[in-house]
Amino acid sequence: MDAVGHFFQAIPIDLIIIQTINGIVTGMILALIASGLTLIFGILDVVNFAHGELFMLGAYVGVIIITATGSFWLALIGSALVLAILGAALQIVTLRPLIGRDPLNTILATFGVSLVLQNYALWQFGPVSRKISEPMSSHFTLFYLEYPWYRIVIALLSAAIIGGFWLFLKYSRFGVWIRATAQDRVMAQAMGIPVPLVYTGVFAIGAAMAAASGVLFAPLTGVDASMGLDWVLKAFIVVVVGGMGNLGGSIAAAIFISLLESYAAIWLDPSQAVIVSFVVLILTLLFRPTGLFVSTPR
Amino acid sequence: MTTAPLDKVMPLGKTRLSHTAIFWIGFGAVMAVLIVAPLYLPEFWRRFLTEILIWGLLAMSSDLLIGFTGMVSFGHSAFFGLGMYGAAGALLAISPPNLWLAILFGLAGAAGAALFVAYFSTRLRDIYFAITTLIFSQIFYVIIFTWTSATGGENGLIFTRPHLYIPFIYDARFNSTTMHWFVLAVVTASYLILRRVTQSPFGMVLQSIRENEPRTRAIGYRVERYKMMSVMLSGLFAGLAGVLYAVQNEFAAPNFVYFLTSGDTVIFNVIGGIGTLVGPIVGAGFFQLARELLSRFFGDQFPYLIPLGIVFIVMIIFLPQGLLGFARRWLNR
Repeated sequence: MDAVGHFFQAIPIDLIIIQTINGIVTGMILALIASGLTLIFGILDVVNFAHGELFMLGAYVGVIIITATGSFWLALIGSALVLAILGAALQIVTLRPLIGRDPLNTILATFGVSLVLQNYALWQFGPVSRKISEPMSSHFTLFYLEYPWYRIVIALLSAAIIGGFWLFLKYSRFGVWIRATAQDRVMAQAMGIPVPLVYTGVFAIGAAMAAASGVLFAPLTGVDASMGLDWVLKAFIVVVVGGMGNLGGSIAAAIFISLLESYAAIWLDPSQAVIVSFVVLILTLLFRPTGLFVSTPR
Repeated sequence: MTTAPLDKVMPLGKTRLSHTAIFWIGFGAVMAVLIVAPLYLPEFWRRFLTEILIWGLLAMSSDLLIGFTGMVSFGHSAFFGLGMYGAAGALLAISPPNLWLAILFGLAGAAGAALFVAYFSTRLRDIYFAITTLIFSQIFYVIIFTWTSATGGENGLIFTRPHLYIPFIYDARFNSTTMHWFVLAVVTASYLILRRVTQSPFGMVLQSIRENEPRTRAIGYRVERYKMMSVMLSGLFAGLAGVLYAVQNEFAAPNFVYFLTSGDTVIFNVIGGIGTLVGPIVGAGFFQLARELLSRFFGDQFPYLIPLGIVFIVMIIFLPQGLLGFARRWLNR
């Protein structure tokens, strides 16, 4: 009995609560990135290697707008719009000619795009990371910590964007087009849905969501040219664990993995906590290769 | 029985060399140039040529997967890096350092990594395979980067080159010319082995997996086993390239295990022409030469990957078979 008591005393309750909140906050950002990725995969059949770079460029555009205007919220909207246009342009130039080819070609093409974008950012903005301040400075007390409200706002905003996107898919005309194309693109085309436009639109929406999460995330750690790869890797893990092309699954997986990583960070070095998500991935591949959060294995 | 006009099948009056003869004559000519080259090139370009051959071997190993089995690996940096660290470990731990033990250890390291990656990621196809190989290579990167006591962490490992030692025949320090010849011998042997493998019944099964996996399975081949074998084989040759690179440069560094090395490997393949085995070497040469010339022309800070990345995208759209793609059938016959 005594040993059990000691065991429970050894678990730092306060740390666990703090890490739960941290995990949910990063999980929501990750969910925002991963839902764009999984949307693009579900509709276009394209694994977008450049998604992390869109996230990174979105953060940079946000930094530029903030230094020019001083308004964080303007930066959030402006960056999403700029990246939506860039995303549409990228889709038209690099992916549209590849429709109907082997899907491996599209991975290679988006890989090329990510290479170009990343090196452009490095060249344009330099290797030093850019810092921006949080748009709201108020804190609340959480045990012995002054926890910034901004982090809570990030989680809520990400949830709001994902929720808004879900309503858009469900009720808007374009959303219906998207869902129809996802179900059967040949039939959708036959019914008069402009499928190429849907493709471009979906890519633009995915890019805008990546940009929004980039701007939201920027005040937490700063912006640099190599941040894209870390996040796209995490997003890939999330998308595989959640089940490819499954929106709800990737949101659940994003939060699940972020929570596990932040709990692991209590006992491990943060750079080693990444291994936890790798382990989840391996276990998923072993036992549920179609995804943890898919109701019926295909 | 249909008969074609006789002169179309066998042109009369003209003697034509067989395909095999032309292939080996061409092979001999290229080999002759590569053997003689270090004697005439200045030191810098001699090393440069050697490195192209090493990168070419790495790309060629990946071509076995991309071009023949139809699986794109974004994780070849793991095999390359494990080969590098395996060689470094052997050279540091065993005295006197022995070249062949370094190769053995490097291959063992790469084989271990390849077994791990092959076991898990061959359960998945196409893009899923590509993503999981990428993620697995990052696992190895994180381990090597954080396990400072064994791998030197961020600083990597530094060691001195072993002697080029052939029992009873030859034992001397490497200089850049003998290093080049040694690398050339290894790369050529690897090419011949890989070419033989891809033309063997085993290679035919791999190509049939690329063309139509369900049908291959229906015929009765154990597709998973063949895929694992091809990943392992590919990983071994990538590890060999890692050993050569470590011996050539006398260090092992974690940034070679990073994803960018895998990315370069894929670029070499696409530029040179997948499914040709020699194409990737040409692609590596093209890439390294373009990089060197661009940075000489515009300065060291020039982001050479921007123009090369654009060339890469344009090639995927307009010339997906690569520089040597036109010769693919001929080379593989």
